[in-house]
Order: sequence, then C-alpha cells, then structure tokens
Amino acid sequence: MAGATNHQYHILPPDIWPFTGSLSALTFTTGMVMYMHDLAGAFLVLGLGIAGLIATFFSWFSNIVKEAQAGHHTPVVQLHMRYGMILFIASEVMFFVGWFWAWFDFALFPSELTDVIGGIWPPAAIEAVIDPFSLPLLNTLILLCSGTTLTWAHHSLIHGDRESATTGLWLTIALGVVFTAIQVYEYAHAPFAFGQNTYSSAFYMATGFHGFHVLVGTIFLIVCLRRLYLGHFTPRQHFGFEAAAWYWHFVDVVWLFLFVTIYVWGGWGAAIH
Amino acid sequence: MATTADTFQAHHDDAHHDADHKPGFFARWFMSTNHKDIGTLYLIFAIMAGVIGGAVSGIMRMELQEPGIQYLGWWVEFLGGGASDFDKAGHMWNVLITAHGLIMVFFMVMPAMIGGFGNWFVPLMIGAPDMAFPRMNNVSFWLTVAGFLSLMFSAFVPGGTGNGAGTGWTVYAPLSTSGSVGPAVDFAIFSLHLAGAGSILGATNFITTILNMRAPGMTLHKMPLFVWSLLVTAFLLLLALPVLAAAITMLLTDRNFGTTFFDPAGGGDPVLYQHLFWFFGHPEVYIMILPGFGIVSQIVATFSRKPVFGYLGMAYAMVAIGVIGFVVWAHHMYTVGLDVNTKMYFTAATMVIAVPTGVKIFSWIATMWGGSLEFKSPLVWALGFIFLFTVGGVTGVVLANGGIDDNLHDTYYVVAHFHYVLSMGAVFAIFAGFYYWFPKMSGRWHSELLSHVHFWLFFIGVNVVFFPMHFLGMNGMSRRIPDYTPAFTYWNEIASNGYWIIVASMVVFFANIGWALVAGKRAAGNYWGAGATTLEWSLTSPPPFHQFETLPVIEDHHSHHDHIGGRPEKQGARPAAH
Ligand code: HEM
Ligand SMILES: [Cu+2]
Repeated sequence: MAGATNHQYHILPPDIWPFTGSLSALTFTTGMVMYMHDLAGAFLVLGLGIAGLIATFFSWFSNIVKEAQAGHHTPVVQLHMRYGMILFIASEVMFFVGWFWAWFDFALFPSELTDVIGGIWPPAAIEAVIDPFSLPLLNTLILLCSGTTLTWAHHSLIHGDRESATTGLWLTIALGVVFTAIQVYEYAHAPFAFGQNTYSSAFYMATGFHGFHVLVGTIFLIVCLRRLYLGHFTPRQHFGFEAAAWYWHFVDVVWLFLFVTIYVWGGWGAAIH
Repeated sequence: MATTADTFQAHHDDAHHDADHKPGFFARWFMSTNHKDIGTLYLIFAIMAGVIGGAVSGIMRMELQEPGIQYLGWWVEFLGGGASDFDKAGHMWNVLITAHGLIMVFFMVMPAMIGGFGNWFVPLMIGAPDMAFPRMNNVSFWLTVAGFLSLMFSAFVPGGTGNGAGTGWTVYAPLSTSGSVGPAVDFAIFSLHLAGAGSILGATNFITTILNMRAPGMTLHKMPLFVWSLLVTAFLLLLALPVLAAAITMLLTDRNFGTTFFDPAGGGDPVLYQHLFWFFGHPEVYIMILPGFGIVSQIVATFSRKPVFGYLGMAYAMVAIGVIGFVVWAHHMYTVGLDVNTKMYFTAATMVIAVPTGVKIFSWIATMWGGSLEFKSPLVWALGFIFLFTVGGVTGVVLANGGIDDNLHDTYYVVAHFHYVLSMGAVFAIFAGFYYWFPKMSGRWHSELLSHVHFWLFFIGVNVVFFPMHFLGMNGMSRRIPDYTPAFTYWNEIASNGYWIIVASMVVFFANIGWALVAGKRAAGNYWGAGATTLEWSLTSPPPFHQFETLPVIEDHHSHHDHIGGRPEKQGARPAAH
C-alpha cells in the first residue's frame, strides 16, 4: 500500500485470488465441457475447478472481512459496496428477464407445430401440473416470512440487540433451508420430467436458477450469522449483513414472480397433480 | 501545500517514494490492483487478439479473392482435420468467420476501449486514485483471458462437420445446437460466459467509480465526455450481458441436457434465440462504439483548442443512444417472419437513433468550425473516424427500413455497414485514442510521421476492402459463404488486395510503437498544450504508480459550458478550474 494518502479510498495491495479465481473458472467450464461429452477425467477437472472457485471465494471474502475489521472500510468505501451490490443485483434481474422472456414466449404463443404442445398451454404433453396452492403457496409464505424475520434481525442489529438479531437470523436461515428442502421434494415428485418440451424446460431452468440463488443467499446469511457471533457487526456498520439482506429480498421477489407467472398463471386450467 | 500536479512531479523524481513504488514482476502483472497496469494488460491483450483476429480475416480475404474454394481444404488438413472434402471445407469457413467475429468483438474492441482506455483514463480524468474495486478490476481482466483461452480450445476439438465452432458470432440455433455436435461449441459458449462475467463485474466497477469517486467539485455535468461515454457503456453492459448469458445457457442445456428452448420438436423456437441474442446484440454494438465517441470528443476539443460544442447535448445524446439502443433489436430480424406492424415499429425506432447520432456528428464538426486546428495524429484519426463512421451510419439507416432490408439482409451490404462502423468507426477511435494517450501511458513519443503514414495506409486499405462490399451486397452476394458466382470476382479481387494495404499499415504501426518504446523522446506532462484540459494532463507522463493521493479540487468559476472537464491549475495553493 502507498504511504501518505489524503483520501478515504481503499488502495489495495497486489492479490493473487483474481488470477486464481479466473483460472479456476476456466478449469470449471472446461470440466463441464468434458463432463457433457463423457470425456475421461471430467470429474477430476470439474472437481479441481470447483475446489479452486471455493478457495477463491473463501479467501477473497475472508480478506474483505479482515479489511473491514482493520478499518479500511471508510464511509465512502462502504458506499462503493452499496453501489456494487445494487448494480450486481440489477444484472441478476436482467438474467432472470431472459428466463421469463422464454417462459412468456412459450406460454403466450404455444407452438402449433408439434403435438407435444398442440397449440395449448400448459402443453398437451403436460398431463398434470404442480398444484400452485399447496407446496408452492407454502413456499411463498415461507419466503415472505423469512423476509420479515430478516428485517427483524436487521432492526435488532440497528438497535444493538444482538440476541434478537441472532434469533432473527437463525430463523431466516432455517426458513431458507426449509424452502430448499420443499423445492427438492417438489422436483422429486413433480408430474413432469426435466426437458423434452418448452413447459418443463423453462419451468425447471427458471425455478432451478432461483433455487441456486436461494442456496447462495442462504450461505451468505450463514456467513453473516457467524460474523454476528464474532461481533463483527455494529449498529452503525454492518454492510455485509445489509448486502445479504438485499440479496435475500431480491431472491424473494423473483420467487413471487415465479409463483404468480409460472405456478399460478402458467398452469391455469390444467389438471393438478 | 504544493499543487496536485507539482506534488506528483516531485513524487516522480524521488524513485523511493511510496507513490511510485512498484511491486515485483509477478505481483505487478499477475496480481495487479492498479488501474493503469490493468489497463496496460488489457491493451496488450487487445493488440494480441487483434493480430490473431486480423490474421484470420487474411485467410478469409485470400479465400474470397477468386470464386471457388482454394485454400480451405489446405487449412483443414493443416489444422489436423484429416483429408478434406467439400463439407469440411465449408465448416472450416464457418469456423474462420466465427473466430474472426468473436475475437474482434469480445477480445479486441471491448478490451481495448473499456478495459484499456477506460481503466487507464476514467480514474485519471475524474481525479481518483484508482478504481472503486481494484481487486475486482483484475478478475475482470483475467476472466477475459480465460474466455479467450476457452475460445482457443474450441478450435482443436470436434464441432460438427470438422474441428472448431462454426456457428457465426451470433451462435444462432439450430446450427449451434443440433447442427454442431461435439465439444467445440460448448467451449465457445463458455468463452462468452467467462468474458461476459468479467465484463459485468467491470461494468459495476466503472459505474461505482464514476458515480462515487469524482474529485471534489466535479459534478456529473462537468465530467469529461470520455467518462460519460464509459458510464453509459457500463450500464449497457450491465443490463444487456445477463440476457445473453441466459440465452447461451439455454443453448447449453438444449445441446446437452435435453431442454427444447429452441427445438421445434419440443415446442421451442429458434426465433426466440434471435430475440434474446439481439436484445443483447444491439446494445453490444453501442458498447463497442460509445467509448469511441468519448475518445473522439476529447481529441476534437483538444486540437480545436476549445471546449466541445454543446457539451450537455453530447452527454445526453449518448444517454439517449443507450436507452433507445434497448428497443430496436429486431431490426436484425426483419426476415424471420415478423408481422408488418412489428417491422414498422422497429424501423421507426431504429431511425430515431440517427437523431442523437446526428447530434454528435454535427457537434464535432461545430467544435472544429473556426477552431485553430492542429492536424496531429490523434486528430487525423478522429477525422477519419467522423467521416467513415458517418458512412456506416448512413448505410445503417438504409438497412433500418424493414422493406429494404428484406433484400439486403445477409448480403455483403450488411458486412460493409458494420465494418464501416466497427473496423473504421471503433478501430479508428482506438487508434486515435492510442496516439492521443500513448505518450501519457508510456512516457515516450511515437513518431508523428509514422503515425500519419499508418493513418493513410490504413484509411486507403479499409476503404479498398470494404467499399466494394456495398456493390457486392446490392448485387446479391451472400455473406458467410466462401464461394460466389464469377460475376462477383472483380470487386472481390479488389477487396482482397486492400487487405495487404492494411497489413502494410499495421507493420508501420508496430514499427512506430517499437521505435517509440526503444528510442522515443520523453514526453512532458501536458504534451498537447493548452487544448488538453482534462485532469490526466496535470500529471507526469507516465503518471506515478499511485496518483492523486491528495485529491484535486475542481472550482466552479464558469458555467459548465466552458469546459469539457475540470482543469486544475498548475500553480497556486489549490488546483482550480481556471
Ligand atoms: C445509425 C445507426 C445504425 C443503424 C440505423 C444501424 C442499423 C443496422 C441494421 C438495420 C442492421 C441489420 C442488417 C441486417 O442484418 O440485415 C445492422 C447490422 C449491424 N450493425 Fe448497425 N446500425 C447502426 C449503427 C451501428 C453501429 C454504431 C455499430 C457498431 C459499432 C453497428 C454494428 C452492426 C453490426 C455488427 C451489424 C451486423 C450484425 C450481424 O448480423 O452479424 N451498427 N445495423
Ligand atoms: Cu442493431
């Protein structure tokens, strides 16, 4: 780091993890290609890539936490992180726009070229859909509930009530885990398999990517819980927590759209499983 | 206290001072968290990718020199594809055009403009010590390299009829799905995932830096136009790339996991892929040109020795282009069977973009009008840009008409159009920026004479290559086909000869740079003189390893119409705008 600086920005020393992380990402994608084409050694390469990525994320975020504890996160640096997180979430929104676009295209203009669809939606090949008002509705309530417990945790944190904050966060994580468990159960018992037609392609990919985001969000919250126990968060400075909360709310909102457009509207009129 | 500029001059003299203390070789170039070093890495990478992409286009031009297939079979065998036949030769052609397009778009123009010049000059121009996220900056770069490597891998594995991905840079289904068995296309898809992830992270970095790290007193409306251009570009990247990511992920699952997004047998639709791709693709073409607009604005103002005409109009024209750029995508799809009303909408919306584009062209001309022009190399390249980009813009407006495009789509007229805006628009802007800033970045002077020779050779070369393509296209020559009826021979032969003029110009370019690095004169801090008013000119050339450790202050003496960016004074207690 440079010597006398008269500004509040964070000038960082050289760091190996961006390089390692990119190399791991390339290893991971190469492993994926090998796996998809049944090439020998695919799992080794894939495993190396994933291990490298995990090591990168772990070290990188540990470093950020250490820098925060060392006081490098001045108000303006925290502001940067707020911007960064909001922009990241904006790009995630556009990612989901792509999947919803496919879903609406298929649902509004069901193909008449094949009997698999038969010009109707849900397609002819889908004999039954998941009842939106059983497990999906429960999952909706679970996520909404987790949003409130998270807000409770946040407010407790702001008011210096660490005990309530911990309880709120534990509850949020638990609700997140229950959501994922229910989602796994739903997939395992769904009346239609992955792929083969537009309905189940778009259904599984959209809800699947959402599920992956829930997983990432849950890990993010678990990290926050640990940091809460370690006393990293103060009523004034706890951006790591806020970032996790923003992310969680974003995942929550995506689910509401999935629930309304895919489960309820997209399956309307079909036989229910 | 000394002024900003003086402080840095002093730092520079004292080699042991912290501000100029550089890490060792490996740490400096593989672990960098320094925006200028990362910018340099991007520029070197872009030049290397440009040479490869340019060599590929040489193979293409040689093949097209005469009707019939001449060299493709040889290339198939040379690259280890076994005995060649007609299908393999055709596939080889597809691989070449795919590699050329992807390399030039994602690994030459974007890294040069955004990664290279953006990294170098956004922090300098806004008076910031570095980017907001210096570590993430580096991962953006290395992900771009990873993406490039993945694309290179694809060349050596089966991709259908032969080795390599032969889908075109647009990766249309079903050619990219059921039409290309084998891992090559998967490697190419992941190449876009990797480079795209790097660009998205880079975009968040630029937006955060520009919105939060401007020097005290530099309001948005005092920000140099190059910084404005990067801000708009970053938003386009942030919002367009994730849609591409979704689209190519669908390709991946269609190819490997049995989904049917683009497979009519399962109710899917290849046209959906085109919508998703062009929703990204049209903003992408502006991603490639907006930073060029910014560079040209700086240069025109510098060498006219006056501020850009209509500064605010110039800034908001770019914003308008960025916004409208998101609602015109289907002008790439007029022939897929859109109904007539949809075509009318996209025709009208596309033409609207010509308005802010016109604002920019006229403002550049108005800036130069009556200015005391100095025809230094950057200005000459910028003038080349303005002229040739306008030609490309005009053919764009022709293509914007759905009815006309029914005839011109997928002909060489389109190839002529996008090379006038890219190989001549974007690339001229890159060279303009390069000659404008090379002494700032390296501390050494290139030869003005060689730069002018480079310009004239390149200018003649690209026009010889691409202007005849208008005629070929209007006569119906299809793009993406290695063979043609003998009637098209005349103009094709001329175009192919032009390629060697471009090669000659590139030899001059590399000689110029090589000579400058070895024996170039030392460059002063502000070597362009009074017309160069933005903050990078208040620093030494090259700037210290860490600049602006005391932030410059931009004072508000005049209304914003008076400058294209705040300018600190060289003397006095505080740097001021004037
Ligand atoms: C005045 C503004 C412009 C208009 C009205 C315009 C219009 C069009 C239209 C209608 C097409 C589709 C032609 C076809 O495929 O049949 C097209 C293609 C293209 N344009 Fe432009 N354009 C403009 C500016 C630009 C700029 C600034 C760039 C990039 C710097 C650009 C790059 C391209 C590219 C790369 C393609 C071909 C894509 C492909 O099919 O592979 N255009 N343009
Ligand atoms: Cu377009």
